[in-house]
Amino acid sequence: MNIAVAMKQIPDLQQVRIRNRQPVFDDVPWTLGNIDKNALEAGVQLKEAAGGNVIALSVGNEELEDTIKEALAAGADEALLIADDELSGIDSAQAAQLLAAAVGKLEDIGLLLFGEGSGDNYSGQVASRVAAILGWPQLSYAKAITLDGDKITVVKALEDCEETVTAALPAVVTVVSEINEARIPAVSAILKAGKKPKEVLMLDDMDVELSAAAIKTISNLAPETQRKSVAVKSVDELVAALKAENLIGR
Amino acid sequence: MATILIYSEKEALLRELMTAAAVISAPLGMDVRAVTIDNPEVLADTAAVAAVLEAAAADIVLLASNRRGRELAGRLAQNMGAGCLTDVNALSVEGQEIACTRNALGGATVASQSVTTAKQVIAISPRSYAPAEGGSIETLAGGSPAVTLLGVQAKGGDSVDIEAAKILVAVGQGLEDQGDLPAVEAIARALGGEIACSKPVATDRKWLDEERIIGLSGKKCKPELAILMGISGQVQFTVGIRDAKTIVSINSDENAFMNQMSDYYLVADIKDVLGDLQKALG
Repeated sequence: MNIAVAMKQIPDLQQVRIRNRQPVFDDVPWTLGNIDKNALEAGVQLKEAAGGNVIALSVGNEELEDTIKEALAAGADEALLIADDELSGIDSAQAAQLLAAAVGKLEDIGLLLFGEGSGDNYSGQVASRVAAILGWPQLSYAKAITLDGDKITVVKALEDCEETVTAALPAVVTVVSEINEARIPAVSAILKAGKKPKEVLMLDDMDVELSAAAIKTISNLAPETQRKSVAVKSVDELVAALKAENLIGR
Repeated sequence: MATILIYSEKEALLRELMTAAAVISAPLGMDVRAVTIDNPEVLADTAAVAAVLEAAAADIVLLASNRRGRELAGRLAQNMGAGCLTDVNALSVEGQEIACTRNALGGATVASQSVTTAKQVIAISPRSYAPAEGGSIETLAGGSPAVTLLGVQAKGGDSVDIEAAKILVAVGQGLEDQGDLPAVEAIARALGGEIACSKPVATDRKWLDEERIIGLSGKKCKPELAILMGISGQVQFTVGIRDAKTIVSINSDENAFMNQMSDYYLVADIKDVLGDLQKALG
């Protein structure tokens, strides 16, 4: 059985600057989402125990071929990419269509892993949509995963409790960042990453008629911060200011 | 008449959705139907829940954007052929469109977006709207789940609700010594508040429970007063606290971005401040 890990290429958010409340993406490098890296790590650990291959799966613009090296260095055995500049800015439903079609091109996928939300949009829809298209069960917010023959058992972290749930494979699983600490690839692994097998497809190679964009963005601006930003010199001065505003010592 | 279906497995969240639905139902001339599912065996299988809600044949579905709701949103939207937005914190009607406000780019920006398909699934963040009183709730039965629930464990350790606290004292990586935590806790207690933290303090250092994380992948809090100690002010954190009424930043770094994002800031060694604060509040 092979494991596919869907990963999203996102702009490195630490390097996005805000100018006149607008995000500026000039020269911002691409990277993979942090929780996606936890999903990959989970896949690699399962494979190390049970065998098979881990395939990194991604949809994005043509920079993806370079960005995905990070995943190949961090333990993915191969990559399947749909890398096409026409795919810049596709929405969750369109990404899900392409990822589901890509899974269909792979052999013997028993488990499809995702992070619980992407690093940039964090909408958390794509895994659920792919599961719906494939008709697979989904087990989300996994903080632990166990494979046992053709069954998967997951500890699902909810806000107020944890559930242990099980289903037959194949299944879609999303992970929370607490599931593991993603490995930082050694230099030797980074050097080997370039030589790992990578299949790169264009949109035309996929037998998919993309749905029309379902989301319209009316505006996307940094919030206005209206804070006083008053420097106080001492704890006494701070406490006096907070008391004067009736915030403490009521 | 077209219908807005509202659903959550949690009554408190469903009541918040009633308030949210009222914002759009009158201008759009739509009915509202509130439903829930209370069978834990069905709730364990998102596909089974989605099938029940799909059968209700609504035009617009409002869900809660808690974990179960977010998981459900994509599956239901896919089944319905609907566009979907999650983590929405405000709704308004502009013409015939529902404008949804949500954080984007890891919280660096706030986007106003609308769903352009005929059917829409919108998941609304908890606490975005006040809960409605009254109103009827139907409990729906579900089919046979393909995911089996083996057990439920109460969350270990903390069951604190930092989103409900009026005062938060939050620590970041600038607090260098774990031995200082009891003093921070004492200050939070003296103020009648709760201690909270940035993500690395809980996930990397494991000094505090993950329930206490403020930020994009933690809790979004709106306290009256937030006192932040040793927090640099990365957007992944500030998105969870920027709606606080008053923000105080205490940091040894005078250039910390958090200082600009604060109402009051004090540049000082945190260890020194802790003792002085305890005395001043004691």
